[in-house]
Amino acid sequence: MTEPSLFRRTAAELADSIASGEVSAVEVAQAHVERIAAVDDAETGVHAFLHVDAERALATAAEVDAKRAAGERLGPLAGVPLALKDVVTTADMPTTAGSKILEGWQPPYDATITRKMREAGIVILGKTNMDEFAMGSSTENSAFGPTRNPWDLSRIPGGSGGGSSAALASFEAPLAIGTDTGGSIRQPAAVTGTVGIKPTYGGVSRYGLIACASSLDQAGPCARTVLDAALLHQVIAGHDPLDSTSIDQPVPDVVAAAMRGADGDLAGLRVGVVKELGGEGYQAGVEARFTEAVEVLGKLGAEVVEVSCPHFVYALPAYYLILPSEVSSNLARFDAMRFGLRIGDDGARSAEEVMNLTRGAGFGAETKRRIILGTYALSSGYYDAYYGQAQKVRTLVSRDFDVAFEQVDVLVSPTAPTTAFPIGEKVDDPLAMYKNDLCTIPSNLAGNASASFPCGLAGEDGLPVGLHVMAPVLADDRLYRVGAALEQALVSEWGGPLLNKVPEPAGS
Amino acid sequence: MPTAVALPSFSDVIARFDPVMGMEVHVELGTITKMFCGCSTEFGGEPNSQVCPTCLGLPGALPAVNQTAVESAIRIGLALNCQIAEHCRFARKNYFYPDMPKNFQISQYDEPIAYDGWTEVTVDTEDGPRTVHIGIERAHMEEDTGKSLHVGGATGRIHGASHSLLDYNRAGIPLIEIVTKPIEVEPEIAPAVARAYVSGLRDLIRALGVSDARMELGQMRCDANVSLKPSGTTTLGTRTETKNVNSLRSVERAVTFEIRRQASVLDAGETVIQETRHWHEDTGETTSGRVKEEAEDYRYFPEPDLVPVAPSRDWVDQLRTTLPEPPAARRARLQQEWNFTDLEMRDVVNAGAAELIEETIVAGSDAAGAKKWWLGEISRTANERGAPLDAAGITPVDVARVETLIKEGALNDKLARQVVEGVLAGEGSPDQVVEARGLAIVSDESALGTAVDEAIAGQPDVAEKIRGGNMGAVGALIGAVMKATRGQADAKRVRELILERLNS
Ligand SMILES: [Zn+2]
Repeated sequence: MTEPSLFRRTAAELADSIASGEVSAVEVAQAHVERIAAVDDAETGVHAFLHVDAERALATAAEVDAKRAAGERLGPLAGVPLALKDVVTTADMPTTAGSKILEGWQPPYDATITRKMREAGIVILGKTNMDEFAMGSSTENSAFGPTRNPWDLSRIPGGSGGGSSAALASFEAPLAIGTDTGGSIRQPAAVTGTVGIKPTYGGVSRYGLIACASSLDQAGPCARTVLDAALLHQVIAGHDPLDSTSIDQPVPDVVAAAMRGADGDLAGLRVGVVKELGGEGYQAGVEARFTEAVEVLGKLGAEVVEVSCPHFVYALPAYYLILPSEVSSNLARFDAMRFGLRIGDDGARSAEEVMNLTRGAGFGAETKRRIILGTYALSSGYYDAYYGQAQKVRTLVSRDFDVAFEQVDVLVSPTAPTTAFPIGEKVDDPLAMYKNDLCTIPSNLAGNASASFPCGLAGEDGLPVGLHVMAPVLADDRLYRVGAALEQALVSEWGGPLLNKVPEPAGS
Repeated sequence: MPTAVALPSFSDVIARFDPVMGMEVHVELGTITKMFCGCSTEFGGEPNSQVCPTCLGLPGALPAVNQTAVESAIRIGLALNCQIAEHCRFARKNYFYPDMPKNFQISQYDEPIAYDGWTEVTVDTEDGPRTVHIGIERAHMEEDTGKSLHVGGATGRIHGASHSLLDYNRAGIPLIEIVTKPIEVEPEIAPAVARAYVSGLRDLIRALGVSDARMELGQMRCDANVSLKPSGTTTLGTRTETKNVNSLRSVERAVTFEIRRQASVLDAGETVIQETRHWHEDTGETTSGRVKEEAEDYRYFPEPDLVPVAPSRDWVDQLRTTLPEPPAARRARLQQEWNFTDLEMRDVVNAGAAELIEETIVAGSDAAGAKKWWLGEISRTANERGAPLDAAGITPVDVARVETLIKEGALNDKLARQVVEGVLAGEGSPDQVVEARGLAIVSDESALGTAVDEAIAGQPDVAEKIRGGNMGAVGALIGAVMKATRGQADAKRVRELILERLNS
């Protein structure tokens, strides 16, 4: 049996190998850079990355090797490569948020999580593709072309963080950063068979995260295994004085929770199946895998009950008022005055005309749609009926969670109603696209922690399905315990990780 | 819009209309750093040298509230007898303008930090001082915008300019906006009340130590809302908002002008247009600015990047103990301490000299001496230069030093005036001016003795009269000595010397 390629190893394995001196960080970086070159073609390949900086990645890796050689103590992920969603600022790489209006923009500063990852010795390979300003469920709204799902290149990798999920599933990186406003970490994880965690709102700093909707956005770890996600979670989480909404409390010990979960014992854990998240509109194969996954949790000792969250059905419409409202304001700064694209500045046109032309040319259709919706929802005379009502629904959704978490420790549902759909299928039907986030949105409205874990392939199309696990605010560790327990049970049932079944892309 | 017809006189207008005013004052806080980032607020830096991702509104940057600014806001609120919110949020005010980096301003909307307060101002009337109660609607926190410089046009306004330059050093400096409730007073004192309110607010802000509140530097900016209604009626008329009225005198003039202008509009059977108006210091008129066809829709909503401000009651109570004495009480106390009449005290307050006099007394002067200089020589010079009293070029310590020199007999009144003149002219401290101009009283006894001897010798007939007991004649000899010493002699000593010589 030959040793698996470096790029197929988990982050934890790579970190151990680097720490023990079995391989160098440079070798690891090199293996991933080559893998990216082999599978990530923008026209025909996965196209997970918008920007790859091989030189800098190798230089960072060399620094890690030098530190190790000098006997310095390294962090648990030192030398491990990572794919960074292009919505997080980097002082040494462009940051576009998937938008033409920011094409080539070089931020003068690092996001807090970028800084933390650098300090941990994580090697940032490059920036990953995404729906423009994180708005979408397919990555088709990127101004720079879609990302393709490694399971089937004709299908979407989820969105908005499809670049990050595809990079993991195609073994271009063992770790990735996503951001989740309505499901942008969890839904891509589900449709690519990877792990995606949306931490508690405020658990990870948003400073340097280009805002979509400030009250909903949350950055989080993406990986191929639960332990890898936990290790990355530990690096990026924690209070940040630069983000007023970040929580000034100790980070739950998610690594310990993942290790405990891997023992496969869920005795005493109460699991609630959300009655409202299933049934009509859910693909049969998705429901089948979901039901089996819940049965596995029961076999591991969990007590499974059905729980009703009656206001979840209003979450989607409320979300589509709150999100566009915040978007319309957050995206006002893209006006050609200080950075980014500038159109029509011919010396004769006024600043206002240049702003109009730039925004007209720089924003894509979905972005414009949401700016217009949000501008309308916040208008005087409509504010109470739209934004105001939506905030009330938000409160009701939070109460549903509060009531549910009095009865159970975690809630579960499918992550997305369907598996990955074909590229182009829903681009002209925004409402159908929005329904992808039906299950994930309630946690963004309430701010609690949620995750998606792989739970098998749908029978009808052979594509991955995700189990959605929701935990109370600041109980992120419960997600890891459940996820790790499920992972060990399913991997042994499958005879190996689900991602072993990903077809090898042509040409690699 | 130029004034087409002569405006009716103020006294004519107020016989027929009652003005209603509302004042909105923005105060730049004197915090070391900006409202939501760590950039310096220092005035006069190189353009765009005091900026960061947050105050430039760069993608991804977030605001964090400056606690000192919150503290200042609460203290201002308390000093204006306001309620302090137990829980209040920031809000975004959305509109596009190049000097606003995010194209929204972080402000407060329906949840101001301070609300429902009052203050009192005193104005002169024919029947003596009249104290007016002014309701305070709210005081809230917000951030300042950057500054636009329109280049290439004749007027410096955006119209006709070829391009604009933007300086974001000011963007994000903390502002407190203080809004009054509608002010309805006897029509004849309305403009004076507006002025007295702004003046009193300025003194209060300075006494709190939260800002220098220098209107000429834009640290305190006033918008005056004015409307008219027919005398004795209650329905409010359409109001105009005259922006950036930035001196005390202008506040009074702008309000007076708007009252007269609106009356002329109503007299012509037309309606007053709800609009913002620009104040022109040079012509003393306002002109139409932006017409508010419909109220501008700022699409306010709670700022999601900030958590609510929730000052604990303990903190608020503790801040209450740091408030300075209320201006009215302080004025009464000082008047008593200084032994000034009502009239004298009024002059002191109107001249904005109370604090300067107080500091001069602390530096060693007596009250009468301090008042004499600040309301006399120094006020005249400041007026000539159009400068505020405390920027006339002389400090309370200087004035106290001059008074000390007088008391010690080193200066007489005439010389002292020349010393003050010299200090005001920038020639240095009082002692430096005395030295440089050679103004010290001739106290060299031998030099003075010679001058006295010469005066006696020069006017033997006068000397004879004095020897004969005619003391009234001494003045002539003193005058001669003073002349000979170019006024630099102590007249009292000269008299003594003359009498010593003639009576021995
Ligand atoms: Zn700044």
